[in-house]
Amino acid sequence: MCRLFAVTSDEPQSAMMAIQALDVMREGHDGSGVGLFFSDLGGPFEDLDGAPILSGIFSNEGLKKLDRFMMDVGFMTKYKTSIKIPKRPPPGVPKRDIYLVRAYELPEDWEGLSDAEIKHRLLMIRLQLRRMGEEAEDMIVYSFWPDVIMIKEIGDPMTVAEYLQLDRKELQARVMLAQGRQNTNYAINLYACHPFFIQGIATMTNGENTAFVPIREFLTSRGFPGYMGYQSDSEVFTHILHFLHYRLGLGIEMYKHVITPLQDQDLENHPNAAFLKELKHTCRRMIIDGPNCVMGCLPDKTLFIVQDRKKLRPGVVGGKPGLYVISSEMCGLDAAIPDRDKSQDFQPMHLDTAIIRPDRREVETCRQTELLPLQH
Amino acid sequence: MSANGIITPSTLSPKDLPWQILWEKDKCSLCGRCTAVCPVHAIELGVHRQRLVQTPMGLDREPSNVYKIFYGIRQKTDPAYACVGCGMCTMVCPNECIMVHRNDEVDKLKYHIDRGGQPRRRGGRRNVVGGILDQIKFTRISMLTDPALDAGRHEFELRTLLGRILPPEENLRLQREQGWIPPVREIYPLMIGSMSFGALSPNMWEGLQMGVAYLNEELGMPVRMCTGEGGCPPRLLRSRFLKYTILQIASGYFGWDEIIHAIPEMKEDPCAVEIKYGQGAKPGDGGLLMWYKVNNLIAAIRGVPAGVSLPSPPTHQTKYSIEESVAKMIQSMYMAWGFRVPVYPKISGTSTALAVLNNLTRNPYAGALCIDGEDGGTGAAYNVSMNHMGYPIASNIRDCYLNLVKVGMQNEIPLIAAGGVGKQGNLAANAAALIMLGASAVQIGKYIMQAAAGCVGSESDRCNVCNVGLCPKGITSQDPRLYRRLDPEKVAERVVDVFLSFDTELRKILAPLGRSTSLPIGMSDAIGINDKAAAERLNISFVV
Repeated sequence: MCRLFAVTSDEPQSAMMAIQALDVMREGHDGSGVGLFFSDLGGPFEDLDGAPILSGIFSNEGLKKLDRFMMDVGFMTKYKTSIKIPKRPPPGVPKRDIYLVRAYELPEDWEGLSDAEIKHRLLMIRLQLRRMGEEAEDMIVYSFWPDVIMIKEIGDPMTVAEYLQLDRKELQARVMLAQGRQNTNYAINLYACHPFFIQGIATMTNGENTAFVPIREFLTSRGFPGYMGYQSDSEVFTHILHFLHYRLGLGIEMYKHVITPLQDQDLENHPNAAFLKELKHTCRRMIIDGPNCVMGCLPDKTLFIVQDRKKLRPGVVGGKPGLYVISSEMCGLDAAIPDRDKSQDFQPMHLDTAIIRPDRREVETCRQTELLPLQH
Repeated sequence: MSANGIITPSTLSPKDLPWQILWEKDKCSLCGRCTAVCPVHAIELGVHRQRLVQTPMGLDREPSNVYKIFYGIRQKTDPAYACVGCGMCTMVCPNECIMVHRNDEVDKLKYHIDRGGQPRRRGGRRNVVGGILDQIKFTRISMLTDPALDAGRHEFELRTLLGRILPPEENLRLQREQGWIPPVREIYPLMIGSMSFGALSPNMWEGLQMGVAYLNEELGMPVRMCTGEGGCPPRLLRSRFLKYTILQIASGYFGWDEIIHAIPEMKEDPCAVEIKYGQGAKPGDGGLLMWYKVNNLIAAIRGVPAGVSLPSPPTHQTKYSIEESVAKMIQSMYMAWGFRVPVYPKISGTSTALAVLNNLTRNPYAGALCIDGEDGGTGAAYNVSMNHMGYPIASNIRDCYLNLVKVGMQNEIPLIAAGGVGKQGNLAANAAALIMLGASAVQIGKYIMQAAAGCVGSESDRCNVCNVGLCPKGITSQDPRLYRRLDPEKVAERVVDVFLSFDTELRKILAPLGRSTSLPIGMSDAIGINDKAAAERLNISFVV
């Protein structure tokens, strides 16, 4: 199993908060890898005014390739953080040349483009970089998006964190997703590491999605270039959410209705039965078959957690106004916020979605059997 | 052969026939039941002459002959009366003294069964045992990383959708704008395929309908049954049970006068309308109800005179192109029920299935595509059509599904697979394999006749006389003396048994794969086959 940890906080938090939480949950993962997603950034990345940040791992040749490419497109480096790593990586961590986190100024000729067009172009550039790096394996790109940094590496989370000195000030964020990886199904490929990211949406999953192949076929046949990769069966959760958000314009409350729709009788009794029945039919190809626990972050920095119907993966949410955590295990939550009101901890069950909105005032839970919010 | 017998080219001995009747004189009580029950009069009372040599003790008297006769049965060798191997004689014999045996070599009857220049016609399906479906294994077993489910304890949603499913964006847009969204039915993935009232006896039809009604109303399983091209009894058309029925229209339009006139009086819409363009058992050929079976009841329901053969034309005579044939007819049928009933075409398995499918993808009204593979059964067809024509269902369905994936429309047009599903008795395994190859549902015909009514027909050319109305079990006969053998209540019970056991078996397949929330349509990563060429052709894994 993997272990997941997500935090949203009024004050920027160090990456070590997430790493320490993963460390106390280490019995649940085998230390085969760690993946981190930072958003609502603090420190120097806070004031970049919409400049997209590129995160990835590059070889020296790859970096040269990157620079040539970005220059050609017209991107100028706005800010970068250099991670100076010891010469020798610790056991279990491969040797890399450069862990890159670099913010770019948008090309001048992009001025006046619509927001949607800029989002599309940023995605296309990430995909192009990914393709360029595939052959020689000299570039691995995780994200290229404003206010988002991602780091993924093979190895035990704590060891990797110490090696990359993740306690540094530049890496502070109000929203973090972290995953400690259990390598089960696939050869270790960094593109198979959670969290997965696409256009402001990030999710990570614990469990295995047995309906992976038909869902992958559905997504790849949408004609949307971003629906690719799928080195992990969990990547489809991110893309389903993206499809919901961007293509269908549906809110997070609907996510569970799409991936695990209600069964006949519950559906009949639901106040929005007619709509949900249509949704179940039309979105049938996105129905998952867990066991899965999905945690993620939306473009507006809302955090959420959902379980599949069979509820075989752990997940708990708790905290206090201004600081909330979603964690695979209670011990991870305890490590991060020991002084919370534990009676308010909530373990979402097979019908629940727990949501923490960007204002971080409360944990909102919605049951699938409840009336839906008004559709716009 | 008798002393005055003549040897003609078509003179056959019992050894030349496909089936030999073995009879034990010592056990026979001469009750005559076997000769009475034989549907084709293959056996008759035989008076046999017997010579006994009597050799007295001593030398004073010479040995002498005694001539006696004894009674028994005799197997006819005239091709018109050749034994069909149904085995009813064995079934009725009180002393088990009669049995049929399959010839150990290819029979000679084959060469002489076209007397009068009339090629052989029969019922049943392709006389070839085996098939690729039975070779497919379910290889993805969930364990530990993804615990298997409990087939008996977990909730399973074994449902499929019939009708045109719009892409999510389009559906939500139409909901917002209150536009027309094609009707979609949520049904059980195993359907009873089209067998007409006429091809089947009234008792068989009633039994199937009662079984289906019970499954729906008492057990909550939305099983659907297709009428075939023979109309629908008027009372059923006006009952609530119509919603469990798929009405079929084919090139003869038999029964549609009655149906159209009943529309204003219908309490419920039918589940769907199936337009038959082709049938797996006789691709490119029309339906055929031979005059033997067209009694007054059948004639009334179909709107034809009694006692005449009812051949449906091979194609819909009023249509010319696929655009016209499919698009216009589909729209007309939609219009009949106010666009509330899904309409879909059924074709026989063919190398041109993709062309039909591609046309349907551009027709927003097409509710599904049913493909009937080469192993499909029938009540009557030319033997040559049945044995040598058609396309295997597995690769046909797979090609179609992968083509839909390519255009991003998988499951938007549900594919229904038929033809030889459960041919060797492995119904759930065959159905699950087809679903994972890409079928949204499967239809059975022959299987339900075998399992629910005791049809003895087989792919060893056993019985298969459905066409002439002589069905010894009363399944495909219109002769009350024959069909009263079949108790509709018992048929209904068996239908329920079949579906319940199928349901359990399907769960037993899906649970270890970790699937329960939805039917695993196209889950090709779960199946494998021990045949490299087949694996490549079907785009599934090769396992040895």
